[in-house]
Amino acid sequence: MDGVAQLRRQFAEYTNSLFQEGILNQQFNQLQQLQDESNPNFVFEVVSLFFQDSERLLNELAIVLIQENINFRKVDAHVHQLKGSSSSIGANRVQDACIAFKRYCEAQNIEGCLKCLQQVKTEYFLVKNKLEAFFKMEQQLSAASQSGSK
Amino acid sequence: MGSGCAAHSSSSSSKWVMENGDEPHVLAVDDNIIDRKLVEKLLKNSSCKVTTAENGPRALEFLYGTFNGTGSKVNMVITDYCMPGMTGYELLKKIKESSATKEVPVVIMSSENIPTRINKCLEEGAQMFILKPLKQSDVKKLTCQLMNCKG
Repeated sequence: MDGVAQLRRQFAEYTNSLFQEGILNQQFNQLQQLQDESNPNFVFEVVSLFFQDSERLLNELAIVLIQENINFRKVDAHVHQLKGSSSSIGANRVQDACIAFKRYCEAQNIEGCLKCLQQVKTEYFLVKNKLEAFFKMEQQLSAASQSGSK
Repeated sequence: MGSGCAAHSSSSSSKWVMENGDEPHVLAVDDNIIDRKLVEKLLKNSSCKVTTAENGPRALEFLYGTFNGTGSKVNMVITDYCMPGMTGYELLKKIKESSATKEVPVVIMSSENIPTRINKCLEEGAQMFILKPLKQSDVKKLTCQLMNCKG
């Protein structure tokens, strides 16, 4: 039984499912193509930055949205950042949720904004879980391949 | 085909002055940390030396500094349009207004495909306008132009 081949297939299937479900889009492939020997952890590094930055932004958004007089310019600025970074790494559903969020923000619709924040959070934690699993599998595959099992 | 990367170029030819055999030195400006890392990698993969700046004022500071011998000559500036404080458009204007820096090609990036915005930038002297998210092919196109300058 070829353990490595099985792992490889599982990894490929898992990766594929992320695209099928629209959690990731082609931009993620772009990131993968940028990774090379000079920077073998590039994707992991960028995604880690994305996790850190997104959580910061989500916290900021929560704070701004509970104020009595909501500063919608601030909300827009934060959502714009999150939309940008999710787009840059191919986090498709997060990006879409941000687009909807922007519209409610422009309309200064508080309830809409609050709902959107929930939605963005949900999509963010989903992609975070999926990508963490992705990296774990990738690491397992790499380790198994290197241990010389045929 | 995805987000439809539109790269718009100005029709005026400009001498993108490059020292022979050197790697182009690109100054990349973006307030988003992920985008900075991405553009840096894209440029490095296209054999460019890269300096990043997180806002317009810092970018200008660096750019002027290179004329005083701090850091090597900048061959191109690539900047995000939407930045708090000084926008990419305002940065473009400042670069084009100064006789010291006006020859430096400036490329604008934006996540929004707004024709009036694009035209405004091209009219102000932007070399090119690129839609985000950036792809390797966008950057290759840019750097090819930069390195193949035939004057």
